[in-house]
Amino acid sequence: MSAETPKYRRSFIVLIILLVVCFITNINLGSIKIPIKDVFGSFFGTVENTTSQFLILDYRLPKAITAILIGSGLGISGLLMQTLFKNPLAGPFVLGISSGASLGVAFVILGSGIFGGVFASALVSKWGIIIAASLGSFLVLLAVLTVSSKIRDTMAILIIGLMFGSITAAVVSVLSYFGSAEQLQQYIFWGFGSLSNLSWSELLIFSIIYLLGVLLSIISIKNLNSLLLGDNYAKSLGINLKQSRLIIIIATSLLAGTITAFAGPIAFIGLAIPHLTRQLFKTSNHKILLPAVFLYGAIVMLICDSIAQVPTTDYTLPINAITAIVGAPVVIWLLVRQRKMVF
Amino acid sequence: MSNIKEHIVLKVKELSIGYKTKKVETVVASNLNFDLQQGQLIGLVGANGIGKSTLLRTLTKVQNPLNGNITINGKEIQKLSTIDLAKQLSLVLTEPLVAKNLSVYELVALGRQPYTNWIGNLSPKDQSIINVALEQTNILDLKDKKCYELSDGQLQKVMIARALAQDTDLIILDEPTTHLDMYHKAYVLKLLKQLTKTTNKTILFSSHEIDLAIQLCDTMIVMSKDNVQCNTPKQLISNGTFEKLFPQDLITFNDKTGSFRVSK
Repeated sequence: MSAETPKYRRSFIVLIILLVVCFITNINLGSIKIPIKDVFGSFFGTVENTTSQFLILDYRLPKAITAILIGSGLGISGLLMQTLFKNPLAGPFVLGISSGASLGVAFVILGSGIFGGVFASALVSKWGIIIAASLGSFLVLLAVLTVSSKIRDTMAILIIGLMFGSITAAVVSVLSYFGSAEQLQQYIFWGFGSLSNLSWSELLIFSIIYLLGVLLSIISIKNLNSLLLGDNYAKSLGINLKQSRLIIIIATSLLAGTITAFAGPIAFIGLAIPHLTRQLFKTSNHKILLPAVFLYGAIVMLICDSIAQVPTTDYTLPINAITAIVGAPVVIWLLVRQRKMVF
Repeated sequence: MSNIKEHIVLKVKELSIGYKTKKVETVVASNLNFDLQQGQLIGLVGANGIGKSTLLRTLTKVQNPLNGNITINGKEIQKLSTIDLAKQLSLVLTEPLVAKNLSVYELVALGRQPYTNWIGNLSPKDQSIINVALEQTNILDLKDKKCYELSDGQLQKVMIARALAQDTDLIILDEPTTHLDMYHKAYVLKLLKQLTKTTNKTILFSSHEIDLAIQLCDTMIVMSKDNVQCNTPKQLISNGTFEKLFPQDLITFNDKTGSFRVSK
């Protein structure tokens, strides 16, 4: 496999350059036009225009970094789930992580009327929503893990995750039924997903958990490659099936869970990025796929975000809509062109 | 065998196999005793549903024995960790590959997993072992092909190469000849025979190709309803073991030719 790496070196270099270009472009574009000179200037503190420096450093830069973390994180967790469940339809949310988060947020936003008063307004704050989403996804995941620890068949875990998803979705719809129009709107807006309005301190917490998830994914590379042969072969190669499955699931939930907590349920990216990557890197080897998915995810997310903010206008479209509108046709086109899906 | 000092690779003692739920114990076969010598090709045969798979699953630690013990190179498999067992025993299973997007080389290289570091880097030694495995199975020219481009026969050779790369004393194959045409059935079994000679590994396979197994195996394990016999094919024929394998109103065994015939 080490003999394989040079073959992909050029693709990696191209992707890294593309990532840097997208990153700069993403920061450069926005409702207010800032010359590219000032963009670099604000990085090094040599720009005179303090408004644009403020805009770049406290608004656009954290947003661009958030985009990178979200794109790569969702891509990686999608890859982990597709390999673990040996199913090309699996994504980061198959374990019910996003529905858990939705449930938490729904309780806070839609159920806030029940608590009433000051307590309610504290809950509906940004941190309140982040904590509710984390708690929700964590609880659903815990339930899935508890049930799945009793189960040997990996496929059953997939179905259990989907079932928990259905249950939470049902509870959310009951809550929505009783919610006021205003609350509903707020909940729907959360569901659109958003990359902006993360402060540096929030970003710090986000990145720490993200790094932990990525670290666990890197540790799992060897086990993921064994899993490509199927569970029984993996076991015969000396893999501790239960333990490595647990690590993979924890990595996914750390990544997908925090991303959902901080940015809302971002659809599509987690499912599509691994497939897009496999079209370019024709391999199943995770030592190549994992960094490739990282780069791909980050680039696609930056592009989607650049489109979503509709440069030079004041509009910002929901990021969730853009990822699917831009991404889905690309995946369809790739699959039609290749005539078969490599997995 | 020309080996003066014979070495027992797999030793099975008073083994009972079957399934255990909370209340009921279903015994599939009991009181199994056999030793498998180094460098031998062993065929496991028996009618459908007689418990071949259960035996193989027990030998490979997929399920626990009801009783008795199994030792590989003197070590009890129940006490071996998965990683240590992986260095003693490699498998070729019937289950289909999950990811067919792997190249042949990558797939065979996965056989080195028990020996590689945390991220799975291949040392020069690993690479040379992989190349030897590819050579021994005559698939060097397929090295860069993707698994979805292979025929069933080629894929089976690749899976055998992977097991060889795992560098274990014992290789167990579960019905390696299903889905193969007559030529490839003979080819794969002949290849296994050759490998026992060139690598001195012990290879155990289950099969329904009794005719071929009789011709090629050093030892055969014959499972029937009443008992399990382990002996040389010649001895088993003169014992009349094969005659009792299937109901005789339909199939009879000819001990001169060593083959089965449908009774007319």
